[in-house]
Amino acid sequence: MNRIHTFGSAFLTGACLLSGNVLAQSESWEMPRTSWGDPVIQGYWTNSSLVPLQRPTALGTKEFYSLEEYRENLRRAFEGETDETQAGTAADVHYQFDDYLMNRTADSIAPNLRTSIISNPSNGRLPEATGEALEKLEAYSVWREEHQWDSANTRGLSERCLIWGQEGPPILPLGYNSTYQFMQTEDYVILQLEMIHDVRIIPLDGGNPAKNSLPQWLGNSRGHWEGDTLVVETTRFSGRTDANGMRGVSLDSNNHVIERFTRVSEDTIDYEFTINDPTVWKQSWSGVYPFKAIDGPMFEYACHEGNYGIENILSGKRREELDRMEAAGQ
Amino acid sequence: MTGISIIFVKIKGLRIIDISESAVYSLMSYRGYTMLNKTLILCCLVFVAGPLQAQSTDIPRLAEGLPNISGIWQSLNNANWNLEAQVSQQGPLESLGAIGAVPPGQSVIRGGQIPYKASALDQRSQNYAARRTEDPEAKCFMPGIPRANYMPQPFQIFQTDTDIMMVYQFAGAVRTVYMDNHINAPLDGWMGWSNGHWEEDTLVIEVSGLNPNWLDRAGNFYTSAAKITERYTLLTPYHLNYEVTVEDPDVYEEPWTISMPLYRRVEESARLFDFKCVEFAEEIMYSHLTRENYFRDLGIDISGDSDE
Repeated sequence: MNRIHTFGSAFLTGACLLSGNVLAQSESWEMPRTSWGDPVIQGYWTNSSLVPLQRPTALGTKEFYSLEEYRENLRRAFEGETDETQAGTAADVHYQFDDYLMNRTADSIAPNLRTSIISNPSNGRLPEATGEALEKLEAYSVWREEHQWDSANTRGLSERCLIWGQEGPPILPLGYNSTYQFMQTEDYVILQLEMIHDVRIIPLDGGNPAKNSLPQWLGNSRGHWEGDTLVVETTRFSGRTDANGMRGVSLDSNNHVIERFTRVSEDTIDYEFTINDPTVWKQSWSGVYPFKAIDGPMFEYACHEGNYGIENILSGKRREELDRMEAAGQ
Repeated sequence: MTGISIIFVKIKGLRIIDISESAVYSLMSYRGYTMLNKTLILCCLVFVAGPLQAQSTDIPRLAEGLPNISGIWQSLNNANWNLEAQVSQQGPLESLGAIGAVPPGQSVIRGGQIPYKASALDQRSQNYAARRTEDPEAKCFMPGIPRANYMPQPFQIFQTDTDIMMVYQFAGAVRTVYMDNHINAPLDGWMGWSNGHWEEDTLVIEVSGLNPNWLDRAGNFYTSAAKITERYTLLTPYHLNYEVTVEDPDVYEEPWTISMPLYRRVEESARLFDFKCVEFAEEIMYSHLTRENYFRDLGIDISGDSDE
């Protein structure tokens, strides 16, 4: 919900900010430090991006766009975003994207020349899923076809305002509200995600994240500083959230995530992650993208408190069923 | 902390209490006492005087001297059931038996009662009657301030170099306390907008921009006109005095004040865990729209039907 630059300014400034994921930094820039000496990552950040998680297959192993290609992609993305609010189309039956700053082209973005967030495997795509995962995926698909309209608790987690898959970890850009507030003390880093107002409290003792833990929606995280890089290790997820792109394939204690946050300039944190769950993917996979500094504050995201979606979806479905019964003469 | 620095802190502490300071220093300066003896004297005096002067001396402090209130805190009282005095009674859900009963508790309000305007008392009564389904806590709404601080679940305070963050286990509510950049609430929210400052050893937070909310399970409430002033004062390393003044000219005759201790969760394993309570609230919010209930309420038998 913050604007550092609009699509137009991103279009213009992107060129001088980009060099893959390692952004150019001024030679005069010095790492800001806390009163106890750690790099300052406290502040407001966005990872809003038009870079997809997975690379279009046609691009093969091409890791970066040229600046000209990037500009063209932005132009097309801009057109795509505005299409969604074109009057008289089905897509128009939605929020007013511009009014609610859900139009990414009106919001801050973290410019990035990458063709995909995924950096490993080298094709920029998710690795092959295990047979076990594929079986769960199929079973969930069958179950969902039959039960998705039954009640609130058979609807999707984000629709119910419980969690968004992109909250991670790893944290991934969302279609909107890709805003974060990082806070830090000598003993903790606290990552507040705008979505669902979720908070990750990360002790900086470098201990085993599974120790003194319970299964948690966002896993159990422990962190430590390696030089000027914050390294966060997370495991023991709740078994309630889905693996990327695979609904019904849940992540639990088998899932293990390493994140690395490195502030590389006044307005950029490089973010790298590796995720490993041998029950879901046949190999680990990694990604990289920048967080971009934005002006605060970050506003409260009260999703559940204002969730008229569940009520409307279920009552709409019941009405449809009733109409069908009446048409059939029941 | 070295032995010498401990002595220094204790000396500072002694200066605050009303015992014969000159006598202490006379004793200290007596030529016949070694440093060890001086230390023992001080320790004895501190031990004797400690319970009398624990406030503001033996509290943890940040490097710059401000009280360190970081940690996990929790109330231990009946306030979330009822801020006012409450005898034990049947709870809102009889089917829970004694598990759901309301325990007794004394008022945490100075003067005992909330000075409602007459019209607002009617609203409280309506709230109370509908509490099983309409209490925002039952619906898993963010609890607002001050209720978040005396719910029967812990919350954690983080003091950063600049601002303060408070994270609540209930509903994962969170708020930033802005210590420098004080602005008027740019918009309303469930947890409001918090501007904080220190008045000597007391953290004072002015909260505004709150959505209308309940203060407890008894239906006490405030409106969006509410202005909340919180005061956090460390009494000991383990006790935080929490005082709240509530102003809302729409519903109260005059401002009124809550006062209670908050307790540090001292167990080594203490931490906040998930309490994503949305899924626990869906039954009371949406069960009338399940396929089974919806058609049952319409008197339509759907047994044997599939939903497709």
